[in-house]
Amino acid sequence: MDHRPQAWGRPRDDIYGAYDGSYLQNSGPKQATQSPVVTGTSVIAIKFADGVVMAADNLASYGSLARFTDVKRLRTFHDNTVIGFGGDVSDMQYLDRLIGEIDIDQEYELEQLPDREAQKSVELMQASNLFTFLRRQMYHQRNEFNPLWNQILVAGFDDEHKPFLASVDLRGTSFTSPSLATGFGAALAQPIMRKYAATDEDAARLTRDQAVDVIKECMKVLFYRDARSLDRYSIAVVTKEGIDLKENEQLEKQSWAFAERIKGYGTQTV
Amino acid sequence: MSMFSQNPLMNGPNYSFSETPRVGAPEGAREHRFDPYTDNGGSTLAIAGADFTIMAGDTRTTSGYSINSRFHPKVFKIGGTTADQKDATLVLSVVGFAADGEALKERLDSICKMYRYRHGKPMSVKACAQRLSTILYQKRFFPYYAYAILGGLDEEGKGAVYSYDPVGSYEREQCRAGGAAASLIMPFLDNQVNFKNQFIPGSGEGHALQERERRPLTRQEVEVLVKDAFDGAVERHIEVGDGLQMMVITKEGIEEIILPLKKD
Repeated sequence: MDHRPQAWGRPRDDIYGAYDGSYLQNSGPKQATQSPVVTGTSVIAIKFADGVVMAADNLASYGSLARFTDVKRLRTFHDNTVIGFGGDVSDMQYLDRLIGEIDIDQEYELEQLPDREAQKSVELMQASNLFTFLRRQMYHQRNEFNPLWNQILVAGFDDEHKPFLASVDLRGTSFTSPSLATGFGAALAQPIMRKYAATDEDAARLTRDQAVDVIKECMKVLFYRDARSLDRYSIAVVTKEGIDLKENEQLEKQSWAFAERIKGYGTQTV
Repeated sequence: MSMFSQNPLMNGPNYSFSETPRVGAPEGAREHRFDPYTDNGGSTLAIAGADFTIMAGDTRTTSGYSINSRFHPKVFKIGGTTADQKDATLVLSVVGFAADGEALKERLDSICKMYRYRHGKPMSVKACAQRLSTILYQKRFFPYYAYAILGGLDEEGKGAVYSYDPVGSYEREQCRAGGAAASLIMPFLDNQVNFKNQFIPGSGEGHALQERERRPLTRQEVEVLVKDAFDGAVERHIEVGDGLQMMVITKEGIEEIILPLKKD
C-alpha cells in the first residue's frame, strides 16, 4: 500500500489498473487549432458611392449540423468600421476580444480630453488601420503555427476617407477589391457582385439602395445553394454618418419554383 | 517510462499517475497538419538597360481557381524617406506566397529607411541586394516563400537587376522573370534581351555561324518587350492577367505605368 500524500484519494493501481492520463496531454507538444470546429459560412461585401455594405448569416455550424442559429458574425468598431468573420467561431470570439480592447483604449484616450472640440480634432483609427492590425495578427499566428482559422472582411474608410474593403485569411494573405466574399460566396456571390462593381469606378456609381439590393440578392443565392447557410442574416451599411447594423433580417421573396424542375438525383425515377 | 514521469521509482504497485500520458494525437485520430503556405500566382519581370531598369508584374492575385483581386500590386518602391516613397531609388518585386512577400517587402523597406536615417543617403542597390539575401537566409528553415527581384541603378548609373530564390541565393543579371509564368517568359527574354540563338544570316555553316552582336536595348524597346512578354503569358497561364504594373527607374526618379491586360 502506498501511503504517500500524492496517492491519497486516488484509485489504487493494484485494483483498478494504471490511470489512463493520456487525455491530459501534459507532456506532448503544444496543441493548436489544427482544424476549425464550429464554423460560420460566407461573408459578402460590396463598396458603393459613399460606403460599404456587408452581410453574413446568423448560423454557426458544427460540421453538417446547424448548431447555433443566432450567432452574430458581423461586429462594429468605433462607429466607422464593420468586421465580418467566416470560419471558426471560437477564434472569432478571441479576435473580437482583441478588437474590443483596442476600442476601449481608444475610447479612454478620447475621454481624457478636456472637451468635445478636442475630441473632434483627434484622428480616429480607421478601417484601414484596424485591417493592418488584423493582417499582422493573423500572419503572426500563422508564423507560430497556431493559426486563427478565419477569413475576415473589414469595411469602412481609409486614411483619405474613401470607402475601404479588404480581406485577410488564416495565413495572413490579404487583398482588397471593390467587392469581396469568403467561402462559398467567393464562387457564388462574387460573380454577381462583379457584374455591378467590376472596378472602383463602377462601385463609386452605385447608390446605397442598389448595393443593398445586390447584397440581398447574393444572400438569397447563397441560401439556395450553400447547405451550411441560413435565411436569417445580419446586414451592415457603413457610411460617413455611421453604421446601420441590422442583426435579425429574414430573406425575402424566396422562390423555390426552380426546385420542381430539378430531377435525376439519387433513387428518384420519375 | 518512469524515468520521464514525475513519479519516484518504486517496485510493485504505484499510485495513479504511474503511466506517462501518451504523446501526440490519440490512436485512430487522423494527423492533420496546418500548411502555412499557399501560392497566389502572378508573374514578375525585370530588365536592366544602359541607364535604366524596368521592373514589372501583373496585378492579379489568386487562390486555386479563384481570382481574389484584379488589382493587387507586387512591385514596390523601397526605402523612400516617407510612406509615400516619393524619393525612393530602389524597386522590389515579390511573387509566390503573397503574405510572405508583403512581410519581406515591409522588412526590407524599414531596413532601407533606417539606413537612410543613419547615413543621410539612400542605400545602394549592391548593399541592399546583399542585405536582402541575408534577410532571406535568416529564415532558411522556415523560408519566406517568395521569389524576389530587386532593381535600381548601380554606382555607375547603369541598370541593375538582382534576382533571388526563396532562401537567399542571388546574382546580378541583365534580365529575369519570376513567378507562375517564369518558365514561359524567361526563354523569350533569353532570345530578345541577350540575343541567344540569334545569328547573322549567311555568316557560315554550323559552328562557323556568327552570333548576332549584343547591344543594350533602349527604354522604348524594353517597354514593348515587357508588354509582349505579359500578353504572351496571359494567353497561356490562368494565374496571370488583369493588369500590368511597370516601374521605370532612371536617374530622374521612378515612373509608374499601369496598363490593362486580359481579364479572362
